Amino acid sequence: MSPIITAIVVISALTGGLTILLLIAEFFFANYGEVTVDVNAGDKTLKVKGGANLLSTLASQKLFLPSGCGGRGSCGTCKCRVLDGGGPLLPTETPYLNDEERKTSVRLACQVKVKNDIKIQVPEELLSIKEFETVIEKITDFTHDIKGIRFRLPEGETIKFRAGQFANLFSKPYDEVREETSRAYSISSAPKDNRAIELIVRYVPNGMVTTYVFKHLKEGDKAKLIGPFGDFFLRDTDREIVCIAGGSGLAPIRSIILDMIDRGISNRKATFFFGAVTKKDLYYVEEFKEIEKNHPWFRFVPALSRDDSDHPHAKGLITDVVASNYSDLKNMEAYLCGSPGMIDACEKVLTSKGMPKAQIFYDKFS
Amino acid sequence: MDIQSIHPLVIFFAAITTNNILLTNFLGMCSFLAVSKDLKSSLGLGVAVIFVSTFTAPLNWLVYHKLLVPYGLEYLQYIAFIIVIAAFVQIIEMIIERVSTLLYLTLGIFLPLITVNCAIFGCVLFLVIRQYTFMQSIAYGLGAGTGWALAITALAGIRTRMEKKSKVIAELEGPGIALIITGIMAMAFIGFSGIVKIN
Repeated sequence: MSPIITAIVVISALTGGLTILLLIAEFFFANYGEVTVDVNAGDKTLKVKGGANLLSTLASQKLFLPSGCGGRGSCGTCKCRVLDGGGPLLPTETPYLNDEERKTSVRLACQVKVKNDIKIQVPEELLSIKEFETVIEKITDFTHDIKGIRFRLPEGETIKFRAGQFANLFSKPYDEVREETSRAYSISSAPKDNRAIELIVRYVPNGMVTTYVFKHLKEGDKAKLIGPFGDFFLRDTDREIVCIAGGSGLAPIRSIILDMIDRGISNRKATFFFGAVTKKDLYYVEEFKEIEKNHPWFRFVPALSRDDSDHPHAKGLITDVVASNYSDLKNMEAYLCGSPGMIDACEKVLTSKGMPKAQIFYDKFS
Repeated sequence: MDIQSIHPLVIFFAAITTNNILLTNFLGMCSFLAVSKDLKSSLGLGVAVIFVSTFTAPLNWLVYHKLLVPYGLEYLQYIAFIIVIAAFVQIIEMIIERVSTLLYLTLGIFLPLITVNCAIFGCVLFLVIRQYTFMQSIAYGLGAGTGWALAITALAGIRTRMEKKSKVIAELEGPGIALIITGIMAMAFIGFSGIVKIN
């Protein structure tokens, strides 16, 4: 036999043997068998394969904890209480947990490994989070870079959410993007309209999911959605409401206003300030004007920051327009949605007019 | 004296003391300097090194003498040894992850780095060069690993104590002073040379 072939055969045999050894080791050491995850003291009992982290284990059972970073342990949003079987608190979790949370055995689900039977407690509403295989019913071009998409839920399924919450939309592999990717978008439809979900998507240059939505998604296509998530929703108080949004931030505000109409809340005044650059960035104006006409408690104030043409709307930055409308905001509540820059600027204006920070709720799009 | 007639126990003790792979050959320095800041991680990494070297030494002895030599493939020894070490580190990783998630996370990147740890590789090359027997290579692997673990835990102990009690001038803080201490430790280990001697 030539020495080259001998060398190849010997090295292949060696690597082959070691591979078999590794597979055997994996079977013995990385195999944790079937374990039980007890959710909320018996509300749900999941039989799962051990070995993976809690976040992905729960996701495989269609129980979705919110997660911003996809399980890399860098956002700290996938918190849940692990009552039993979670093992010791890990150094990767400690930066995200305060003393109170450590005492009540709160853990980061993406760091906890499911190796044995485990007992966890999650907020009740997370159990209503579902995965939907939807069909695109309608795509509307609102502006040059904003589209509204209506997703029809599968036959017999409904979604239960609070106005203001968001859902995660998944893109399918396209062009060079080989993996399914997901991004969060606020729901713009009313909770009463529970057979469908409407999202408003603004195009982000080179955005993985927005590019998919703008270049590939057509009416009639299938799309995966998971939701609802988020703690941005209308609080049950009697305070007057100030809503401020820019761009696609209109979505949750629209849902909140439609929900107020559906629930017959007419004892609270609400004003919606919608900031845009020019007239062509405005959308849903007719709908909100119509609501304003039919419901005396609602007022719609679109404001254009850089449009010198003749238009009936307010002129100037949204913060200046809000500031000029109020003198004292102490007893009002604000709902803000848009870019971090806009929200920070608005928060400054609102607090300078006397609104306590605890009465300002926001959803930052970043 | 014929090397093959040395009792494995002698080789074992020599590998820990007079022939300490770290303090006489200065192998495995990167992880030695990086991990020795903390006693607990040092101990963990030390145990991992003992485990890997003890098993890879005889395994690589078998690979060399029973596979490479008969086919005249000694020139492939570097590749073969690295493959064996890499596979073994994988297995260790699985075991540690199963037994202690905390240790697994503490060791972090250093565990996979054992694969390219020159102490492990050096140990394997020495037993080939010195023509150890199979039993001797087990003793040498165990001894070399133990010697390395001993050195890193000793340095970690000194460093933690020093951090609390001594004032180190700013320019020498960290690796600088660690290297000086290592040098002094190496000299102290020369004191063992009267006890056992192998080459």
